[in-house]
Amino acid sequence: MTDSDKNYLSLLVSDTPGVLQRVSGLFSRRSYNIDSVTVGGCEKTSFSRAIVAVQGDEQRMAQIGSQLNKLIDVVEVNRFGAASAIARELMLVRLSPPAEKRAELQSLLDLFRFPIIETAVDSLIVQVTGDKEKNDAFLAMIARYGIMEIVRTGETALARH
Amino acid sequence: MNGLLSQEAKEKLLRKDEITGSEILLRTLLLEGVECVFGYPGGAVLYIYDAMHDNPDFRHLLTRHEQGAIHAADGYARSTGKIGVCLATSGPGATNLVTGIATAFMDSVPLVVITGNVPTTLIGTDSFQEADIVGITQPITKHSFMVQRAEDLAWTLRAAFRIAGTGRQGPVLVDIPKDVSAERTAFVYPTSVELPGYSEAPRPSAAAIEELAEAIHAAHRPVVLAGGGVISSGASAELERFLRLTGFPVATTLLGLGSVASAYPGWLGMPGMHGTYAANQALIGCDLLIAVGARFDDRVTMKLDGFARNARIAHIDIDAAELGKLVPTSICIAGDAKQVLGELNSVLEKEEDKRARRLEQISSWTDHVHLLSERYPLQYRDSDTTLKPQYVMEMIADTTGGEAIVTTDVGQHQMWAAQFGRYVRPRSFLSSGGLGTMGFGFPSAIGAQIGNPDRIVVSVNGDGGMQMCSQELAICAIHNIPVKIAVFNNRTLGMIRQWQELIYEGRYSHIDLSGSPDFVKLAEAYGVKGLRASSKQEAEAAWQEALSTPGPVLIDFEIDPNELVYPMVPQGEKLENMILGDFEDDGFR
Repeated sequence: MTDSDKNYLSLLVSDTPGVLQRVSGLFSRRSYNIDSVTVGGCEKTSFSRAIVAVQGDEQRMAQIGSQLNKLIDVVEVNRFGAASAIARELMLVRLSPPAEKRAELQSLLDLFRFPIIETAVDSLIVQVTGDKEKNDAFLAMIARYGIMEIVRTGETALARH
Repeated sequence: MNGLLSQEAKEKLLRKDEITGSEILLRTLLLEGVECVFGYPGGAVLYIYDAMHDNPDFRHLLTRHEQGAIHAADGYARSTGKIGVCLATSGPGATNLVTGIATAFMDSVPLVVITGNVPTTLIGTDSFQEADIVGITQPITKHSFMVQRAEDLAWTLRAAFRIAGTGRQGPVLVDIPKDVSAERTAFVYPTSVELPGYSEAPRPSAAAIEELAEAIHAAHRPVVLAGGGVISSGASAELERFLRLTGFPVATTLLGLGSVASAYPGWLGMPGMHGTYAANQALIGCDLLIAVGARFDDRVTMKLDGFARNARIAHIDIDAAELGKLVPTSICIAGDAKQVLGELNSVLEKEEDKRARRLEQISSWTDHVHLLSERYPLQYRDSDTTLKPQYVMEMIADTTGGEAIVTTDVGQHQMWAAQFGRYVRPRSFLSSGGLGTMGFGFPSAIGAQIGNPDRIVVSVNGDGGMQMCSQELAICAIHNIPVKIAVFNNRTLGMIRQWQELIYEGRYSHIDLSGSPDFVKLAEAYGVKGLRASSKQEAEAAWQEALSTPGPVLIDFEIDPNELVYPMVPQGEKLENMILGDFEDDGFR
């Protein structure tokens, strides 16, 4: 899979019970793999917007788009490739760095401008935002500072104008 | 009552009275023109059945199993083009509908499926007869609703009818909790329903239609593949006009049978696994394949790799998601078949001057495929000692002039009915094509007869499928629903046996149906006339008696269990690899 196969589907969906189940059910029934899904409110009342990150060539993406279009609760389907998207994912990482590496970690975080949002006796939580690839790279970089727990939202995205 | 309401009746139904959810349901169904609801009561729908008690205008047919109810609604819908409606209670009532919902979904049949559910206060608590039927049926419905308040009921039902009956049609489920059916509210019938995420049918692109017209002028070896979408769209006249304008040969899929009259000279029959030699050869050799309302099912294309390998493929379908789904398609036209063919015909009519050259250009191809049709027709080895199922189908076709509605179950008899039946009109051959549902054949005939009281309705079944919904003989007897029931009785699961014979080296595993009831006595036990035939003479006599009996008749046709369906392309093989069976040596290929 090349980077150019990475796509985002931006779905305007009605805020009705089970809408997410309908969308995810379609993906599982037709064996489409999803990298991530994010859903939340949007500029229109009683609608939400879901961003689905998915890999696929043009033919497959067109097929997924038209299948989604058939869902009554999906009002609008837009898709754009990684190159024409601004994508961000939020990640919270709980670290337990050895005492002698704390200063080193702090300067690394300063460099990236990722804040520490909670400090406990022997652990801290870092807030990370970036696109998925950047976040992956960051995780590889901090592996040696004792990662205890990672949570990721999955990417949300807007098409560039 | 019938689907057409008098103005007075309509005004009475529209009155803004304070009524229960159940009464709203009945009124809305009547206002939608529903002639008959097929259903089965239960605890969660007691208020709805109670409302029926006071409403003589509302016609409800009590089946003996929910599966019978939904297949009957399906047969009603397929044969009339109207929306079929069925009703069942919560839990097991609803889950008994699942096979019927999937059957309708696969074949794009418009149904509104109404289920009761436990009261809203008990939902999610695993209460008695509770099932998440909306969740269970999500992958097999076009859409589904759970109604939370009586005041939402009329709108929801209107939306369900609109969604089921437009665009690519399909089943829509409306789940009504018991308290909602009891709740009183002022009845407001919405004049229209807004569905922001729904478009009924895409507008076909004029550029794509022009492109197809160009491809038509350029083609040397064209063929049309007409499917069930032509029938759903009511596009038979436009298709016939198109065929006459172009002179193109046409094959019809199983669900497309009747979209082109069997007598049409360019009709090659059905292609695919049990298709005709000519239809399959046309698909193999064509340079332009125009599929209309057909979805390249694997029983038609067989092995996809190499399918129509020399052809440009043009695909007309109301569902844009079907375009390019399975085969590389160079001309995609999303739109309703009737509209697209109508516009295409207008383009071709304007270019009348090109017609003669075009006919000349395709003449050697059309001569070739028509010669194949003549030389290699569907045939069988007739016998004077055993009764051949193909003979019975021909007899039914001859005596009814192809005017009967024939419903089938699934298996060998289904293929014989497709091959040897004759269907001069659309909506005359009803069969579970996509899901392949045994038990569909008989109840669907009951629904078809309710919707078409003046036509002969023949239900063709195997002895296996007949036992999957035979309980509905009761309603034929009670209501004198004059379905003619043919059981092709070979005392075995014939199609499975055929595969075991041809592909599993004769290792017959669990296909022996001995121990089945005497079907004549079974019919008589329900009060339906039962006849038996094991020779041509008996078959003819029994069939004539059935036709002259003004009520339901079951005929047990005792046929040879060794009879196989040919031609056959084994699963996983290309269309080229047809097995001709008895006729292998008769100069085929």
